Amino acid sequence: MIQARVLIRPKEGILDAQGKAVEGALPALGFEGIEHVRVGRIVELQAESIDRLEELCEKLLANPLIEDYEIETITG
Amino acid sequence: MTWGVLQFPGSCDERDALNACQIAGGGGPDQARLVWHEETDLSGLDGIVVPGGFSYGDYLRAGAIARFSPAMTAVADFAAAGGPVLGICNGFQVLCESGLLPGALLTNERTRFICRQGDLVVGEADSPFLTGLEADQTISIPFKHQSGRFFAPPELLDRIESNNQVAFRYAPGHNPNGSVNDIAGVTNEAGNVLGLMPHPEHAVEAFSGSTDGLAIFQGPALTATGGAA
Repeated sequence: MIQARVLIRPKEGILDAQGKAVEGALPALGFEGIEHVRVGRIVELQAESIDRLEELCEKLLANPLIEDYEIETITG
Repeated sequence: MTWGVLQFPGSCDERDALNACQIAGGGGPDQARLVWHEETDLSGLDGIVVPGGFSYGDYLRAGAIARFSPAMTAVADFAAAGGPVLGICNGFQVLCESGLLPGALLTNERTRFICRQGDLVVGEADSPFLTGLEADQTISIPFKHQSGRFFAPPELLDRIESNNQVAFRYAPGHNPNGSVNDIAGVTNEAGNVLGLMPHPEHAVEAFSGSTDGLAIFQGPALTATGGAA
């Protein structure tokens, strides 16, 4: 089995409301000098082959209209 | 006219949608029934409502998993055959995820859940759901959502606008979520599929303060009987 990790993030240029909310909370917690926070998600999975992972991302894991994704395969 | 109202695990507005369909049809109980998400037989139904709520817990993205339900496969066939399909709130998200409607719904600009009455302006779209309404008419119905920011990339947005697929816009000053071009609802190119974030099914009886939502449910029957174009 292949261990894979899919990183999904909001497309550049689309307002990431969650990222903005996190960024907005930082000064109150004493974190200075942090900007451009963007919140995405990670999907980890095991697959027999990587053949259809791209299709899986296009159809389900990401919405290509609003999100970019990257597939990382993790060896052993 | 007999309506089918889809019910997914996590739907929560299906009873109000059922009620709205029944009132629109003149009050009889045989004018609408629930369609469980595992059902695939839509025979005998003349219209479909994909209701609001949190189908499959909104896991992954709102509407992403409901799209793969057996009932939605049947709804895609129903829509392709020209049947009227109305998606409300989460139903709108499901229809966008399914590719039956253009665009996507993102988390509200200010991330908060919105729940309040607001105004919509009827668009130019040619749809059976708009038969009982006039373009530019203002209606007042509840807004109730957290992921309602309509988005389409520029080229797609141009197509939606130039094809007159905008069914509703938030009235000036009423855009609650940062939707592009104030879009609150769109149709497919054929006009028989309409999705909107606000909730017409919660505005069909006088006690709720507005009955402006009723016309949307009455539209398809009016169209079928050759009512106003």
